[in-house]
Amino acid sequence: MLIGKPPEFPSSAITPKKQYLDRRSFLRRTLSTAAAFGAAALGAERIGEVLSPRIRAQAGTKLETVKSQLSTTGEQLTSYQDITHYNNFYEFGVNKGDPAQNAGGLPTRPWTIKVDGLVKQPKTFDIEALLKLRPLEERVYRHRCVEAWSMVIPWVGYSLSEFIKECQPLSKAKYVQFLSYYNSKVERWTSESTIYWPYSEGLRLDEAMNPLALLTFGLYGEVLPNQDGAPVRIILPWKYGFKSAKSIVEVRFLDKQPPTTWNDMASNEYGFYSNVNPGVDHPRWSQSSERRIGLPFYAQRRPTLMYNGYGDQVASLYNGMDLKKNY
Amino acid sequence: MKRWILIVLKVVTWALCLMPAAMLTYEAATNSLGPDPTSYLSLTTGSDALLLLLLSLTISPLRALFPRLSWLIKFRRLLGLFAFFYATVHLAVYVALYMNFDWSIFRTDITKRRFIIAGFAAWCLLLPLAATSTTWAIRKMGGKNWNRLHKLVYVAAVCAVIHYWWQVKPGVLTPMRQTIELTILLLARPLLAYLQRRKARAVAA
Repeated sequence: MLIGKPPEFPSSAITPKKQYLDRRSFLRRTLSTAAAFGAAALGAERIGEVLSPRIRAQAGTKLETVKSQLSTTGEQLTSYQDITHYNNFYEFGVNKGDPAQNAGGLPTRPWTIKVDGLVKQPKTFDIEALLKLRPLEERVYRHRCVEAWSMVIPWVGYSLSEFIKECQPLSKAKYVQFLSYYNSKVERWTSESTIYWPYSEGLRLDEAMNPLALLTFGLYGEVLPNQDGAPVRIILPWKYGFKSAKSIVEVRFLDKQPPTTWNDMASNEYGFYSNVNPGVDHPRWSQSSERRIGLPFYAQRRPTLMYNGYGDQVASLYNGMDLKKNY
Repeated sequence: MKRWILIVLKVVTWALCLMPAAMLTYEAATNSLGPDPTSYLSLTTGSDALLLLLLSLTISPLRALFPRLSWLIKFRRLLGLFAFFYATVHLAVYVALYMNFDWSIFRTDITKRRFIIAGFAAWCLLLPLAATSTTWAIRKMGGKNWNRLHKLVYVAAVCAVIHYWWQVKPGVLTPMRQTIELTILLLARPLLAYLQRRKARAVAA
């Protein structure tokens, strides 16, 4: 005896018996296919970055270098692996391993450095022209981060002073500002901090003219990997590492001290000069010692050197200055 | 809850809690602690301690929300003590590798460095809790006093999160996740107590 009305859907809507019996394997297959597509989508994004000729054109290119008198001797070099996988490049994430993972999208060609401010004539330099401006030297420098770790890195470049001469700054220019690449579509990790971009750094003009200051294009005889500030950066070995701005796109000559990113974030912690100085503590930790990267935990610690050991070449820049006040 | 299931869960929990320590020991022995082993040792033990502390704080709210999960209480002490264990290793890394066993450095740090003061306070607050974690201690103190003392865990957790904020660079937001988690766990308690009082009043009415 039928009770109630029959259901109102067509018989074609009824799942065929075979499919119904196979429903568990159907679910398994659907989920694993979805997972595969998901993984492929994520992978495709990474593969796209790796294969795009615009982005990866320069990776691993060798640079011809000459030896330099200004290269530091007597130090064991930090490994290429550590130099390229232990980075502070917050536009690509705030953890040390993030830049190596995330900086693949940094487009290093085409690349120009715009020069303006108090110069004879504003100019734009193409990266290829910069690479040929002067012979590229291999300069081994100690690199001391404000976080109290250090490396020894064989950079490739020539003195910043040579580039500055080409910029023809006016006599009233007393400072130079460096602005780094910023593109929120490429550098998608900027929400991990409250830092204002682009990254800005600066020097007194006489500091920038010191022969140690290096306009840097490579390390270990090859072009800079993206995470180390490709394609061109500055290296200031006697200062804490954050002064050595990466991926430079603009150089401005000024008569006033420029704002610099870390000084803006915490002026009591990061000064304009930030010369390596074991006698002036960071508010949150001592700077009298440092941890050398790449050594076992029981052998890392060593005393920090004044001016990172480059006092002979740079101390005269600061004659008469109170370094506790001008940190 | 069947006894054998509880035993299995306890063994699994012990294993999971010991895993970070086992990993660190293995990595230390094979020199694979990364480019900056000192910093790695400090950061991992610190985040392990904070994670376990937060996990231990989830137990009471979960039991209030789901009375069927009341057996979770048997895991609270385990998680709390392991949090103290990792916090102690974290402190030991600081004493050995940052302080270098130099007490003058400790004196400077404990008076001038905010984040060290906050961190040391968090550990000091966990110490009496670890010391009175035994059943004997609960009996000796009496449940009421013991509960009062162990409310210090909230202060310890807040000190730990503040320690984290004061350690990272100004502008870096990494501690935000644990801050939100701790806030939820702390607010859950008065909220759930209020909801239960309302239910009790409705039942009585």
